[in-house]
Amino acid sequence: MIVKPAAEIFVAGVGVNSALGLNLAANLHALQAGSSGIGPITYLNTKHREVFSVGEVKSSNIDLGLLTGLSPDTSRTALLSYIAAREAWDDAGLHHETGLRIGFVSANSVGGMDKSEDFFEEWMADNTKGKLKNVVGHECGYITDLVAMKLGIHHYTSTISTACSSSANAIFHAARMITAGYLDVAIAGGAEALTRFTLNGFNSLMILDPLPCKPLDENRKGLNLGEGAGYIVLASAKAMSQLETKAYCRLSGWHNVNDAFHQTTSSPEGFGSFMSMQGAIRKSGIRQEEIGYINVHGTSTQNNDLSEGTALIRLFGDALPKLSSTKAYTGHTLGASGGIEAVFSVMSIAHGYVYPNLRFETPMKDAPLLPETSFSIDHNLRHVLSNSFGFGGNCSTLIFSAA
Amino acid sequence: MKTKVYIRSSGMISPQNTFGKSITLENPVLPGGNRMNAIEPDYKQILDAKSIRRMSRIIKMATAAAQECMDAADLKQPDAIITGTAYGCLEDTITFLERMVENQEEMLTPTAFIQSTHNSIGAQIALTMKCHGYNNTFVHRGHSFEQALLDAMLLIAEGEMKNILVGGVDEITDTSHAILSRFGLFRREPVVSDLITNPGKGTIQGEGAGFFLLSSEASGDDMATLDHLALHFKPSGTHDLLDFINQEMEAQQISIEDIDLFVLGLNGDLKNDSEYDVLQSAIRDHQKNAFFKQLSGEYPTAVSFALWLAATTLKNKKLPFSGPGMSSRGNMKRVLICNAGLDGHHSLILLSAC
Repeated sequence: MIVKPAAEIFVAGVGVNSALGLNLAANLHALQAGSSGIGPITYLNTKHREVFSVGEVKSSNIDLGLLTGLSPDTSRTALLSYIAAREAWDDAGLHHETGLRIGFVSANSVGGMDKSEDFFEEWMADNTKGKLKNVVGHECGYITDLVAMKLGIHHYTSTISTACSSSANAIFHAARMITAGYLDVAIAGGAEALTRFTLNGFNSLMILDPLPCKPLDENRKGLNLGEGAGYIVLASAKAMSQLETKAYCRLSGWHNVNDAFHQTTSSPEGFGSFMSMQGAIRKSGIRQEEIGYINVHGTSTQNNDLSEGTALIRLFGDALPKLSSTKAYTGHTLGASGGIEAVFSVMSIAHGYVYPNLRFETPMKDAPLLPETSFSIDHNLRHVLSNSFGFGGNCSTLIFSAA
Repeated sequence: MKTKVYIRSSGMISPQNTFGKSITLENPVLPGGNRMNAIEPDYKQILDAKSIRRMSRIIKMATAAAQECMDAADLKQPDAIITGTAYGCLEDTITFLERMVENQEEMLTPTAFIQSTHNSIGAQIALTMKCHGYNNTFVHRGHSFEQALLDAMLLIAEGEMKNILVGGVDEITDTSHAILSRFGLFRREPVVSDLITNPGKGTIQGEGAGFFLLSSEASGDDMATLDHLALHFKPSGTHDLLDFINQEMEAQQISIEDIDLFVLGLNGDLKNDSEYDVLQSAIRDHQKNAFFKQLSGEYPTAVSFALWLAATTLKNKKLPFSGPGMSSRGNMKRVLICNAGLDGHHSLILLSAC
C-alpha cells in the first residue's frame, strides 16, 4: 500500500461538553484541577440508579433545552451535540457570509435511543400508543440533520457509526472531504447521551465498574459510561486564511483498520491497535519518537487496556511517550469519545497540556504502562496521538501536530 | 472526480430474484401488499454453517451479498469495507429494547446488544473475509449508501487502495413496519402492478443488501464505470431536481440529452413523486425512464438496488426486467440514477458502459 502524506488540514476551533462541564473552559478547568466528573446517576431514568457510577452531564433536558432553544423533548444526544457544535462554530469564527462550503460530520452510536426507549414502553403495552415524536429521531442521522439545520449547514451532512471509534472516523472522513475539494471547512466529531439501552447493554456484558474506573491499572474492574459531545473545526489552508482566527494545530495523520478478531473483544496482542497507531504515524510523516503525548483509548476494561497496552509496548518499546486515559475524568462516552478526546488532544498541542490518568496505582502485570498521574504543561509538545477503538474490531488513530 | 472508478462486480439480495448465478428477472416479483421482503438465498451454500446460526437476518443478507460480490470478482479480500445502513440492525435493537422493558432492566443477555450496533454488519464481513483493512459505516438516513460510495470513491482517488467493497443494507421487521405505518408512509390498500402508474398516498416498504466491488483498475470484464456522484440535502423549500441535474451534468461536460437511461426513485406516493415532475417533463423520451422502487420497495438505502440495476443494464446492454416503466433500449452508454428521498436527501449517480 502506498501512503500519501495528508494535505494541510488545520484545526480552527473546538467545542466540548462532558461530565466535566458544558463548555471548553469548564472541561479544561476540571482537567487541570484533577477533578473527575464520575459520580452517581442523577438524570438518567434507570433502575440501576443506585448501582453504577457514570460520567453524566450535570444538566437536565429542560436546562439543555433552555440553553439551546431546542425543545426539551428533543433527544439528549441532539441537545449535547448542538451545544458543542455551536461552541466550535463560534470558536472558529464561522459565519455564513464567508461563502465557504461548510460540512457537518457527526458520529453517534445509538441516535435518539433515549427517546425510543420511552416510546417502546408505551408501544409494547398497546401498539396504537406511544408518541411518534419519540421515535421519529431514532435514526443516528436524524440527530446530525437536526443540528446541521439549526446551524444552517447544508453543503454536506454525514453520520458515522462504528461504535466507540465513531467520532475519530467522522473527523478524518471530514478531513478527506476537504482534501478532495468537496468542502472548505467541516465541523467534525460526535455526540452521545446516556441511555438505558447502552447502560443495560454494557451491564449485560459485565464490563461496568460500579465504582469510578481505573484505566490502565492492574486492578481495573470495568468502565464507567459517560455522555457529552466534542467537535473540532477542520479547515483547508485556503479557508484558514479567510477565518479571523489562528489555527490551534493541524490534523496530520490518521488510520483505520479492523482487528477482525471478534465482535466485541480485541485480540490479546492488540493487532488492530498496533496497526492503527503505526498507520497513522506513517501517514503523518513523523518519526514515532516525535510523539510527545498519547491520549489512549483506555476504557478500563480488562480486554481493551491489556490489548492497547500490549500494542503500545510493542510499538514504542522502552521509549513510551507520556500517556493517559482521560476516561477516568469523563467516563466512556462511546460515539462521542473520539470527538471529546480530539478536543483534549488539540488543547494539548495548543497549550502543552498533559492530562493525568486519575486513580492510577498499580501497573498492569502483562502490559506495564506508567501513565501520567498529575497535570503538567510541556511546552515542547509537537505531536499528540489519540486512539479510539470499538466493538466490531474498529480501530482508529488520529495525530495532531503543531501548525 | 478525475480518477476512473470501475464497478467490477456486485452481490444483490432484494425482493427480486437478483441473487446467485441463476438470476431470473424477466417477470418481476409483484408486491401484493405494502411491503416487499427480500428473497433470501439458502445461506448454507454461501456462508459457513456454524457462523450462520449466530447471525441475525440483516447480517446474513449483507454477508452473503458481500461474499457473492467478492466471488464474482474472484477476490478473497478487499482493501476496504464500507457499509451504508440507515436503520442498522433493527431486529436485534428491538429484541434488546423489548427484553429490557419486559424484564425491567434485569437478567439481560448481551447477544442482541452486541449485534445491535450499526457497525456489526461491516465487522462481520471483515471477520468472514479476515480483512484487516479500512472499515467504516455510514448511517446518514437517505444518504447512508451514497456516502459509503462517496467514501469509497475518495479512497480510490487518494490512490492508496485498489479494491473497495461497498454496500447498502436495510431490513424490514414487523415492528419497524408497524411503527413506520403509523407515520402514514405506506399504502393502506394492497398494491399489485400499478405502484408508479397509479400513485396515491404512501408507498410500499422494501429491504435489501447490495454490495459492489469498486476498483481503480479495469479488469476487462467490469459492469460499468462510476463517473460521478452528487448529493444534496434539502432542509426546506423546494429544490428542483432538474436544476440539480443540469448543474452537475454541466460540470461533467455532458447534457441531459446525453443520458440514455434515467433510473428514477419514484415510489408511488403522490407527494414524493411530485418532486420528479419538472424532470420528467424535461426527459422528452419516456422510453428513457426506469422506475426501480416498484421492484425494490422504498427504503433508505434503496439506491443500492438502483446501482445494481444500472450497472447490470450497462453490462448486459439491456434492462434485466420487462414490464411497465422498464422499456429496453439498445446501445445504452450512460445511465443516471436520480433519487429524491422524502427526508430531503437527494442524490445523483452517473455511470457509463465500459
